[in-house]
Amino acid sequence: MKIINISSIALAVLAGGFFACKPDNAGKSGGSELAGDAAQKVYVAPGKHDEFYNIVSGGFNGQLSVVGLPSGRVLRIIPVFSQFAENGWGYSEETKPMLNTSHGFVPWDDSHHVALSTTNGEHDGKWAFINGNNTPRIARVSLSTFRTDEIIEIPNSGGNHSSPFITANSEYAVAGTRFSVPPDANADVSINSFKQNFKGYISFVSIDKTTGRMAIKFQLKTPGVSFDLARAGKGKSDGWFFFSCYNTEQANSLLEVNASQKDKDFILAVNWKKAEQYLAQGKGKKEAAKFAHNVYDEKTHSATSTIINEVMTLDPKECPDMLYFMPCPKSPHGCDVDPTGSYIVGSGKLAAVIPVFSFDKIQQAIAAKTFDGSFDGIPVLKYEAVLHGEVKKPGLGPLHTEFDGQGNAITSFFVSSELVKWNLQSLEVLDRVPTYYSVGHLSIPGGPTSKPHGKYVIAYNKITKDRYLPTGPELTQSAQLYDISGEKMKLLLDFPTIGEPHYAEAIPASLVEKNSRKIFKLEENNHPYVAKGEKEAKVVRKGNEVHVYMTSIRSHFTPDNIEGVKMGDDVYFHVTNLEQDWDVPHGFAVRGANNAEILIMPGETCTLKWKPSRVGVTPIYCTDFCSALHQEMQGYVRVSPAGSKIPLSWGTGKNPTAEAEQKVAKR
Amino acid sequence: MKPISIQFLLLLTTLIWYGCSGKGAEQRAEAPEVDSTAILDQPETHGTEVKEVKLTNPLDQTMIKVGSDIYDLKCSSCHKLTEDRIVGPGWAGVTKKRKPEWIINMITNVDMMLAEDAEAQKLLEQCLVRMPNQNITPEEARSIIEFMRKNDGEK
Repeated sequence: MKIINISSIALAVLAGGFFACKPDNAGKSGGSELAGDAAQKVYVAPGKHDEFYNIVSGGFNGQLSVVGLPSGRVLRIIPVFSQFAENGWGYSEETKPMLNTSHGFVPWDDSHHVALSTTNGEHDGKWAFINGNNTPRIARVSLSTFRTDEIIEIPNSGGNHSSPFITANSEYAVAGTRFSVPPDANADVSINSFKQNFKGYISFVSIDKTTGRMAIKFQLKTPGVSFDLARAGKGKSDGWFFFSCYNTEQANSLLEVNASQKDKDFILAVNWKKAEQYLAQGKGKKEAAKFAHNVYDEKTHSATSTIINEVMTLDPKECPDMLYFMPCPKSPHGCDVDPTGSYIVGSGKLAAVIPVFSFDKIQQAIAAKTFDGSFDGIPVLKYEAVLHGEVKKPGLGPLHTEFDGQGNAITSFFVSSELVKWNLQSLEVLDRVPTYYSVGHLSIPGGPTSKPHGKYVIAYNKITKDRYLPTGPELTQSAQLYDISGEKMKLLLDFPTIGEPHYAEAIPASLVEKNSRKIFKLEENNHPYVAKGEKEAKVVRKGNEVHVYMTSIRSHFTPDNIEGVKMGDDVYFHVTNLEQDWDVPHGFAVRGANNAEILIMPGETCTLKWKPSRVGVTPIYCTDFCSALHQEMQGYVRVSPAGSKIPLSWGTGKNPTAEAEQKVAKR
Repeated sequence: MKPISIQFLLLLTTLIWYGCSGKGAEQRAEAPEVDSTAILDQPETHGTEVKEVKLTNPLDQTMIKVGSDIYDLKCSSCHKLTEDRIVGPGWAGVTKKRKPEWIINMITNVDMMLAEDAEAQKLLEQCLVRMPNQNITPEEARSIIEFMRKNDGEK
C-alpha cells in the first residue's frame, strides 16, 4: 500500500496539479462533478424503456453485454466466444460448431472491441462485430436476434487486438495482429530471427452488404511490429485505415523496457482502395493457411464450421504507395478519427501530448514525398508535415478518444484517472472530470461515427476498489455515465459491468428496437430433427444413437415417458418449442447431464446430447418457468443395461386429465 | 410499523382487485405500486377484433386442409379433437357451442378476449394456462373453423 501511495503522489506531482491516481471518495457524496439532478436524468420509470442500447464488450468473459442507458441496467448477455451454460450456447449440438477453430474446439476467448455496422459512416442498427483476441477471430452478432451469427478465424495472427473497427460503409472489418508472428505455414523459426521472419499481418475481412457474411479478402504482410488499435477513415478520408503500433523497436523479449525505447512509434496509414486495385491487378498471392469459418443459420437453428486452407496476401514490397508510417509519440494506443474524417488522434500511452494529424496534410506530404526515411521499405512521413497540432499537457496516460459531434473530443486518461474534453480546432483543453478509477475505454453514443448522437459519455474503468459493496477479492468493473450536453461534464451514474468492459458502443434504441425479433416461425423451421407438431414427435434408434424428436408447449413435453434407452447409448434430445408467442421459452434439463441445460425460444429446435451414466429412471424437466403448471412440465427416461431387451417406446399420457376427471365423476 | 403496512397493502390489493375485477385472472396477481402513465404507454400487441364471419356450405375442402395442417403444427399439443381436455378444451362440438367470431378472436386476439369476454375468462380459470398467441392470421383461423366444422360432422 505504502508504495502505491508514494507512486500516486509522485504522479500527482508530475502531473502538476492533475487529479491523482485514485481520487479518494470523490463523487460519492456528491462532489462538484455530480449533477444536482442526476437521479432524475438516469431514472427510467417502471415499464419505460431506455433511450440507448449500450453494446458492451465482456473482455475476459468472451461475451457481449447489452445495457440500457441512461439507467445502466443490464438487459442481456449475448454469448459469443465463450460457452454459456445458461442457455446452452457452445454446449448444444447446434452451437458447438460456432466455437470450432483450426486449434479444435476452443470454449473461451478474450473479447475486446465492439464495432456497430454503419452506412455512410452512420449507425444502421444491423450488426455488432467483436474481436476474439486470444485465438484470433471476429464475430458478427445480429441486432435483430441478438445472437452470434458468424465467427471467422484469422490466420497468421498472434493476438487479434487491432480489430474489428469497420469501414464507413461496413465494407470491411480489420484484424491487425498484436503479436507479430512468422507465417503459419513456416512458423518453426528461431524467436531471435524476429526481424527477418516475423510479420505484422493485417487482415481485411469483407462484409456482405445484405447478409453480413464475412470472408478474408486479403492480408497485408507488414513489418513485424505490434498493432494496437485502429480506425477507418470516413468522409474525405474514406478509403484509408489507420493503425496504431508499438514495439517498432522489434523487440521479442522484455517488451516492457525494450519496446519503450523510442521517442516515437508509428501510426500506419493504409490506402485500402489502393490495395483493392493491386488485388484486381493480380498482385495478390495465395498462401497456405488454416482457419475456421463458422456460420449460424436462423432457419435450421444450427451452425456449420468450415476449415479453409488458403488466404490471399499482398506484400507491400510489391505494392508501392499503399502504406505510410506516421511517427507518433510514444507507444500509441488509441488511434481515433473524428466525425468529418479530417483528423486522426493518436494517444501515446507514455506521451505528454496528444498529437492530432491532419488528413489533408498527410495527402500533401505523400504528394510532395515529405519523408523522414523509411522503415522496412515503407516510407515514414515527416511528423511536423502531417501534424495538425498537439494538445499540450492534457493529462497522464492517454488511451482513447471519442467525439461529441460538436467539434470536441473527449480523451480517457488511465494514469491520471480522468476524462478530458478538448477542442479539435483550437486543441485547447475545455474541461476535465475524474473517473473511478483508472478509465480505459470510453464511449459517446455514435462517438466513432460520422454523426455522433452525443448527450452522454461513459467511462469504462479498469479499477473498482470501493465503489460498490465489496464482494471479496474479485470485483465487478465499474463504469460511469456523464452528461455532456452542457459546457461542463457532469457525473450522473455509477453502474457495474460484466466481465471487463473493453470498449462499447451506444446506439439510439429507435434504430434497433423496431427490428428486434420476437419468435422464430415454426413454418420456417428447417432443422433436420424438428418435430412440427406432436404428431411428428417420436424416438428413433440409429445404432447406439437414440434421437428423441420432442416437442414442448405450456406445459408438457411430448414424449415425456421414454423407455428402451440402454447404457452405452448417446441420447439426442431434439426439443422443438411449439410456442409462437413472444417471451415463452422452454428449458430442458436431464439429471446428470455433463454439458448444460438448453433454453429453446418459440419456434426453435435445440439439441442436448446426453450419455447416460447409470441404469435407472432419470427425470427430465423444463427449467424456464413457463406457466402456472410449469412445475408439472417434467418426464422420465428409463435407462436399461447394455444388451437389455426392453423395446424402444415413448408417449405422453393419452389423456390423463380426462381420465382423472372421469375417476372423480365416478366417485 | 410492519403490521400496519401489511394491512394497508391488503387494503390496496383489495381495492385494486375490485377495480379490475372485470379484467380477468391476469389482473389478479400482485399489483405493486407503479407509475400508471408508464404502464399506459405500453399497449399489448394483439390482433384486431374480427366482427363478422360468414360461413358457407358445403365446406371448403382447401380450407379444411390448411386448417388441419395448422392444427397439427400449432394446436394439437393442447386441444384434442374429442371432448377431452388436455391443456385447453377438446374441440368436439365447439362450432355448435361458440360463434365463429368468438373462435377467431380467441385464436387471434386472446388478450382482448381474456380481458373482456366472460366465457374466455371462465375457461382460463378452468385451464390455468392462457391460450397462447400462436401467430395465426384471421384468414388462417377461418380455415381452422372449417376444419372444426368438419370435425363436428358438417358437410
